[in-house]
Amino acid sequence: MSVKVMIPTPLRIYAGKRDSAEFSAATVGEALGGLTTQFAELRKHLYTEDGKLRAFVNVYLNDEDIRYLAKENTPTKDGDTISIIPSIAGGSSEKR
Amino acid sequence: MATTLQPQTGAKPATSLTNEEVLRYSRHLIMPEVGMEGQLKLKNAKVLLIGTGGLGAPLGLYLAAAGVGRLGLVDFDVVDFTNLQRQVTFGTSDVGKFKSEAARERLSNLNPNIQIDAFETKLTSDNALELFRDFDIIVDGTDNFPTRYLVNDASILLGKPNVYGSIFRFEGQATVFGMPEGPCYRCLYPEPPPPGLVPSCAEGGVLGVLPGIVGSIQAMETIKLILGSGDSLAGRLLLFDALGMKFRELKLRKNPNCPMCGEHRTINKLIDYYEFCGVRGEEAPGPDVQVPEITPRELKSRLDRGDDLFILDVREPHEFQICNLKGHLIPLGELPRRVHELDSSREIVAHCRSGKRSAEAVDFLRKAGFRKILNLKGGILAWSDEVDPSVPKY
Ligand SMILES: [Zn+2]
Repeated sequence: MSVKVMIPTPLRIYAGKRDSAEFSAATVGEALGGLTTQFAELRKHLYTEDGKLRAFVNVYLNDEDIRYLAKENTPTKDGDTISIIPSIAGGSSEKR
Repeated sequence: MATTLQPQTGAKPATSLTNEEVLRYSRHLIMPEVGMEGQLKLKNAKVLLIGTGGLGAPLGLYLAAAGVGRLGLVDFDVVDFTNLQRQVTFGTSDVGKFKSEAARERLSNLNPNIQIDAFETKLTSDNALELFRDFDIIVDGTDNFPTRYLVNDASILLGKPNVYGSIFRFEGQATVFGMPEGPCYRCLYPEPPPPGLVPSCAEGGVLGVLPGIVGSIQAMETIKLILGSGDSLAGRLLLFDALGMKFRELKLRKNPNCPMCGEHRTINKLIDYYEFCGVRGEEAPGPDVQVPEITPRELKSRLDRGDDLFILDVREPHEFQICNLKGHLIPLGELPRRVHELDSSREIVAHCRSGKRSAEAVDFLRKAGFRKILNLKGGILAWSDEVDPSVPKY
């Protein structure tokens, strides 16, 4: 079962500049596990030290927030898309 | 989720248009979806724009042109040269002026029939409720997390819709928060990201057209709210990827346990949003990392004297291409795994654009055992000001 994980712009620098990656996974948690195994630097951006998904990271299965499904245990099926939606604050541009 | 907005307190609502207005708005008036009734709703509407920068530019221009009767512009910033690439309200002659005032002038010229109030002030927990009270709709075009939570909380406390847009490099988000049955910003993002976990420094920058597109979407949603027509973005998060030229949308739900808009509100007044977001340094006033420094003039005289100094540039490769001090380039983010390229027995001067990233680099290297390391105060910007004006500033 192949599931596509969309990687948002702010996190692409931790994922080899990729915008998406495909994993064989039966749940959302498994797909995210595959992602953070392939791109270890992503791990601390998505999970707390005790392994919980960070509160400011929103994960969607297709167009539905997994908080309203079975969270990371939400089952996936072939062709599903998982999106990681980060908070972005920009209205103009920041630099330093 | 169409909702008709009641005009707030104040003058009696307008019931007619002048002949000049009829001509000006004729392309609205001949559309049944707007018509005279809709144009009068626009004329009686009061919209407050938070920020007159990238998102605020198309917002201000289109809302003024459409005949929104009262526009408030909140911005404490001053127009600078780097804004002109995307903040299309401003012209070159506006550089140095207050943005809210420069925008007021431009928008009054575009449409002298409307009332435009410029608020040259920073939106704070102390003034937000007062400022918001006179307006029907709040439009969030700010650029930082503390202000986004502040705008959300103040609009929820007052029961006003908050038309949200946000951009990052070539990606945008838009939705409408604060509708009676709809979610709020805290339903989507219960907690702000801790500073440092959001790549911002070298990852900053924005494609100039992007805020034009996202701000225009906000303007469209604002006008639909005023007219009470169409399907609002409330309850949907619109995602826009400019490089892929793709729009997607996700369902946004009202969180029944939301501390702001849920069944049991636990936040009943505005709080300290800088503290809430844990913001230090860049956005909140406060000291940066304290590290040993060298001024551009000292560095110049030491280099002229022939001192053995190793220049470490911690910017990104594309910034190096704009201008450089012939330093050794290791982007801040790569420093931990490239430390071995540095010789701790030599004296090192680290620099970036403004001195902030390099202060972090110096702090990191000192913790890694480097003793002879200095930060170039003010970075390449100060070098250009104080030593070599031929080095371009960006
Ligand atoms: Zn809420």
